[in-house]
Amino acid sequence: MEDQQQDLIPVHIMGKRYMVPPTLTIVKAMEYAGYQLIRGVGCRGGFCGACGTAYRVKGDPKLYFGLACQTVVEPNMYLAQIPFFPAQRATYDIAQMEATPATFFSTYPELLRCLGCGACTKACPQDLDVRAYMAAGMKGDIAEMADLSFDCIMCGLCAARCPAEEAQYNVAILARRLYGRYLAPRSPHLAQRVEEIEGGQFNTRLEQLKELGRDELVQRYEARDVEPEERG
Amino acid sequence: MGGYPAEMQESIRHVEATRMHRMDETYPRMPIEERQRLLDDFHPDYIDERMRAIRVGVSKGQRMPLELADVIEGRPHIGPDFNLSEPRAETDVLIIGGGGAGASAALVAQESGARVILTTKLRFGDANTMMAQGGIQAADRPNDSPAIHYLDVIGGGHFTNDPDLVEALVRDAPLVIDWLERLGMMFDKEPDGTMVERHGGGTSRMRMHSARDYTGAEIMRTLRDEVHNREDQIRVVEFSPAVELVLDDHGHVSGAIVMNLELKAYFYIPAKAVVMATGGGGRLHFQGFPTTNHYGATADGVVMAYRTGAELGYLESMQYHPTGAAFPEQILGQLVTEKTRGLGAQPVNRAGDQFVYPLEPRDVEAAAFIRECQGRGNGIVTPTGQPGVWLDSPMIEMIHGPGTIAENLPAMVRQFSRFGIDMTKEPLLVYPTLHYQNGGVRLEADGSTRVPGLFIAGEVSGGVHGHNRLMGNSLLEVTVYGRRAGRSAAHYAQDAKLGQPSLAHVARWNEELNDVGVDTGVTSPILLPDYTRVT
Repeated sequence: MEDQQQDLIPVHIMGKRYMVPPTLTIVKAMEYAGYQLIRGVGCRGGFCGACGTAYRVKGDPKLYFGLACQTVVEPNMYLAQIPFFPAQRATYDIAQMEATPATFFSTYPELLRCLGCGACTKACPQDLDVRAYMAAGMKGDIAEMADLSFDCIMCGLCAARCPAEEAQYNVAILARRLYGRYLAPRSPHLAQRVEEIEGGQFNTRLEQLKELGRDELVQRYEARDVEPEERG
Repeated sequence: MGGYPAEMQESIRHVEATRMHRMDETYPRMPIEERQRLLDDFHPDYIDERMRAIRVGVSKGQRMPLELADVIEGRPHIGPDFNLSEPRAETDVLIIGGGGAGASAALVAQESGARVILTTKLRFGDANTMMAQGGIQAADRPNDSPAIHYLDVIGGGHFTNDPDLVEALVRDAPLVIDWLERLGMMFDKEPDGTMVERHGGGTSRMRMHSARDYTGAEIMRTLRDEVHNREDQIRVVEFSPAVELVLDDHGHVSGAIVMNLELKAYFYIPAKAVVMATGGGGRLHFQGFPTTNHYGATADGVVMAYRTGAELGYLESMQYHPTGAAFPEQILGQLVTEKTRGLGAQPVNRAGDQFVYPLEPRDVEAAAFIRECQGRGNGIVTPTGQPGVWLDSPMIEMIHGPGTIAENLPAMVRQFSRFGIDMTKEPLLVYPTLHYQNGGVRLEADGSTRVPGLFIAGEVSGGVHGHNRLMGNSLLEVTVYGRRAGRSAAHYAQDAKLGQPSLAHVARWNEELNDVGVDTGVTSPILLPDYTRVT
C-alpha cells in the first residue's frame, strides 16, 4: 500500500482509535493499525466466511454486518472481531438417509422453532434471504431450501443474530447434500463413463499415450479438433 | 458508491463501440512456436534476475523465485533437542492441511481403516479450494475421453508433465465427480440430469463441471461436512499448523511437530504416516505480484518435506492467472474466474480491440496481457497506476441471454457490485495475479514420495501439471490425489512400526546451512505473511 499524504480517517478497533487510509477494507485497516490477524481472517476473497463482522458507525443506532475482507472502512466506524461462535450441528450419515421432510425435522427439530423474524436475512453478508430458505425448510421443501441457500459461505452471522437459536447454515447444508445426493436427476453419461473406466476401457489408450515421445505428442496436440463453443 | 472514474469510462466507450463487431470475430489461437517466444519475452517465470538456485538439500541447484528460495533455505522453528518423549496425541495417519486435498485424504484414509488426525493452520476449509470458482474437469461426455483429457493436460503443461501422474488425474476424474455427487455435492445440471459442461483455457472438449461460480466452495463445504460427520474417527485440530516433520531412527516419517497458533506452544503428534496437503505459496508474493491465494498459503509443506529429504520439482514455474481484478484497489489481485471467458467474455485493449484468443492456456494468456500493457502500451492504467486490460463481461448476456451472469457468476456479480460496478453492463479491468504453484514435492501416482511414510496431495506437489496447469485441473488434483494419498497412507500405516522418533534431520539441515554458509534470515515455515505496518 502506497503510504502517500492521503487523508486518514479515524476508526475504532476493539474500542481503541486509529487513523487509517479511507480506501482500505476492514481487514487491511486492522493490519495497517498493527494487528497480525489469526482469527477473523481466512481467504481474504469473500469465500471462506472466516471474517464475518458486525460494526456500528458513530451517531447511527443501526448495527451493520459484512465480511471484513470485502467491506471498506468509513469514518468513525466501531469495529470488532467476532470470536468463534458455537453453533449446533447434527451428526448424520448421508448415505443412510431419506430425502424427506421427516428426515429433516428429526435431524434438526429446532428448525420448527423459527420465528420468521428476519434478523438472519438482515445479517447475511451474501444478501441471501435466509428467512425465506428457513421457511422453505419448515415446509419440508428441500429443493427450494438448497437452491435459496446455495451461495451461503457459512460465516455464521445468521446464527449469531437468531433469537430462536437456530444454526441456519448447518440446516441449509443438510438440505443441499440431501438434494445433491437424492433429489438431483442423475447424469446418464457420468454413470456410463464410470462403468467404462472401472472396466478398464481406457487403459490401453492411456498406456500408448504415455509411451509417446515429445515430437509425437506435440503433433497429436496440434492436430486436436476443438469442440466448437455453444452459441445462443 | 464507487464505479469507474471518468478517464476509464472513456476507454469503456471504445469497448462498447466495438462490441457488436466482435460478437462475430474469432481471434486465432496462437501457434506453439509463437507461444514460446511470447513466454520468453513476457512471462514472469522467464525473468532470470528474479530467480535463483537453492544451495542445500537433495534438489540443490533447482531454480525458483527468490522469495521461495529464501523460505526453503530458512532455519527451523525448533531445535533438534526438542522433547519428543511427551506426545500430545497419537494416530495412524496425520493429515497436515485442511483444504480439499486434506479433507479428501481424511475421508478415504478413514474408510481404509485408519484413525486420522487432521491438523490445519486456520479454520478447517480456509483454503484455496474454497476460493476456486470456475470448475472441475472430467471427461464424462460421449464425445470426450480420458485420453483426450490427457492430451489437453500435457499440451497445456508444455509436455513436461509426469505421464503417470497425468494418467491418474484424467482416469480418476469421472470417478471423483461421481464420488462428490454421492456425498451430496450439487453440480450445475440440465433438467434431465445431464451435467452442464463448458470450455476452459486449453480444453479441446467442453468438460468443465461447475456449481455456479462457487464450485470450490461447494466441494469444500461438502467434504468438510462429511469429515465432521465422522468425528469419532477423524479428529480435526484447527489453528495448529505443523512446523516440522519427525522421522524415526530408520528415516521413516513418524509424525509432526505442530504449533498452537494462539498459545505459540509446540507439541509432537506421533503418526505412522503423514499426508502433506498444505497447498501452495501465493502469500510469498513472488516478484511482488498480488495473489488470489488465501491468507495461509506460505509454502509450508514444501519447506517441511524438503528437510526430510523429499525431492522438489517444477518450482521454477508459477501460475499467474490472467484475470486478477485490477480495479478497484480494494480487491486488487483477487480472482475473476476463467469461467467468465468460458461464457464468452473477450479480453480487449484500451481501444476496444481483441489481441489474443480468449482461452489460451493460462501462462500464454497472462503473458499476452502483460505484453499488451508493458510491451505495446495498449493497456488501461487506473488512478493508482495499476495497468490492466478489459474483460468484456456484458458480451455474455448478448451471447447466452439476459440473466446468464446472475445465474452463472453470482460470486463475481456480488464482488464487483460491492464496489459499484455492474458487470452485466460494464466490463471488468483485469491483470495477471499470482495464482498457483505448479511445482512442489515430487510424488508417485499413489501419492507416495521417496521418504517412507510421507505422502503428498494437492498444490504442494509437483509434476502433475508440468509447467502450466489448466483451469479445472486443481480442484480435480486435490480430490484425485487427496483420495489416493489417503488410501496409500492408511495402507502403509497398517504395517508400519514406529521406531525411535528423532529430529536428527533438523540437526543435519542446520549443519548443511552452516557448511555452505547460507543464512537467509528467515525462520520457516513462515506460517503467515506479515502485513502489519507497525512492526
